[in-house]
Amino acid sequence: MRELLELLEHDARRPVSELASMLHRSEYEVERDIKELEKNKIILSYNTLINWEKFGDDTVTAVIEINLTPQREVGFDAIAERIYRFEEVRTVYLMSGSFDLMVIIEGKSLKDVANFVAKRLSTIDGVTATRSHFMLKPYKKDGIIIDNEERDRRLVVTP
Amino acid sequence: MEKKNDWNDRLSPGVRSIAPSGIRKFFDIAAQMDDVISLGVGEPDFVTPWSIRESCVYGLEQGYTSYTANRGLLELREEIARRYHQVYQTDYDPQTDILVTVGVSEALDIAMRAILSPGDEVLIPEPCYVSYQACTILAGGVPIAVPAKIEKEFRITPEELEQHITPRTKVLLIGYPNNPTGAIMTRKDLLAIADFAEKHDLIVISDEIYGDLTYGEEEHVCFSSLPNMQERTILLNGFSKAYAMTGWRIGYALGNPDIIAAMTKIHQYTMLCAPITAQIAAVEALRHGEKYMKNMVSEYDRRRRLIYDGLTKMGLECFEPKGAFYIFPSIASTGYTSNEFAEALLKAEHVALVPGSAFGSCGEGHVRCSYATSIDKISEALNRMENFLRNHRR
Repeated sequence: MRELLELLEHDARRPVSELASMLHRSEYEVERDIKELEKNKIILSYNTLINWEKFGDDTVTAVIEINLTPQREVGFDAIAERIYRFEEVRTVYLMSGSFDLMVIIEGKSLKDVANFVAKRLSTIDGVTATRSHFMLKPYKKDGIIIDNEERDRRLVVTP
Repeated sequence: MEKKNDWNDRLSPGVRSIAPSGIRKFFDIAAQMDDVISLGVGEPDFVTPWSIRESCVYGLEQGYTSYTANRGLLELREEIARRYHQVYQTDYDPQTDILVTVGVSEALDIAMRAILSPGDEVLIPEPCYVSYQACTILAGGVPIAVPAKIEKEFRITPEELEQHITPRTKVLLIGYPNNPTGAIMTRKDLLAIADFAEKHDLIVISDEIYGDLTYGEEEHVCFSSLPNMQERTILLNGFSKAYAMTGWRIGYALGNPDIIAAMTKIHQYTMLCAPITAQIAAVEALRHGEKYMKNMVSEYDRRRRLIYDGLTKMGLECFEPKGAFYIFPSIASTGYTSNEFAEALLKAEHVALVPGSAFGSCGEGHVRCSYATSIDKISEALNRMENFLRNHRR
């Protein structure tokens, strides 16, 4: 199962026939395993990693550090939920260290994101401080180097 | 340059007797095409893992640009001894039993030169790597080909070797996991070879450059780890295949102190030492490279299954390779010789591979496909080959 997951994580579009060959199993078994993994929410979704900047979009991404006052019974979870339900919020992690939540936000412009932080995030009950960092340039995302110049430099035929 | 004389008759007879490599022609044709998919490459498609490259860069920054000891950096020899002890339970002394060389190619050359007298015979199971015969001849020896059979998955047996023994037989040269067939030898197979070597008092040169690349249940068996074999074995290995370091040119020989001292004598006068930059990178590979190597091996394994399935489905007879990164299907059913097949496939479908005959005459009727290339390219190459077979069967 692990190997199947690793293959799909790397390339979700691989045909089942190829997966079956590589894993030394039948196509039926591979399809059954994938359905099972989807059902158990081990596979959550199949996304495409897109270089939007190259496509021509000028989106703005910001990492927001948030400090919270934990609440009785639920700790950070209730506030985290209030935050991650916003569509603008792409990623939320509970962190150790000098802040509590790391939130990644995407917006159309700097103003857009700043507004969202000021009006929606910092006003939430229990949020005591926010610090925004705007991303300037992505180099590597989810294990993929964005502008990878490496190519096959080998000779065509060698012993 | 304008040439007034024919210089060929003044060349050494040994050099003249060596045929040019059968691979060259395909290289020239393929180099003209821009959409070639090559299954003809005998080296990893991975770039050397970054941590290994980075250690070399750091070494250069620190000014490590000098010669090293002839035998190589002591810390590298210690790491080699440690790894062999850990993986194969062998016992090599870094001071006397290890020589760091410029790839296995140099190690093989100087091993031959250190032990052969003119006319000594070297048993070489075929198909085999292209330089085995040439190195033997250049060292004054006589290569004796022992054909391995596809029915036995290209494993060699003592009975087959026995037929070629003469009073001049001095060396047995084996290379498993094998380039070009992908064959491996099991412990049982090798124990029989060990008995044979002992019976005829042969020196065994074991080229184990693909030793880390085995798949499935059978693990690689190091020949010198077999009972009583360490002393009579010259074991050759390097970093090219397992750590994707072909261009660094770094390898080593392990053997008894007398033979290693003799090889060191040749090495010190011809090579002096392996490049220090490559030696520093090799230390890093042995200390921290295991996980990168394991990842590459898993990837080769998936490609291996994919290409084995693909070739079998299109009706080319082949056995499942268990090591290296080659598969060696038979193309006899197509009516072509292996040379014709490789040339026609390259011209019609722009897929490059290497005719089996380049690896010895018993490789005729086969082609070597390397799966050291991406899954996407392997898939596309398989499609093109299937297309070729549909249109070109004789």
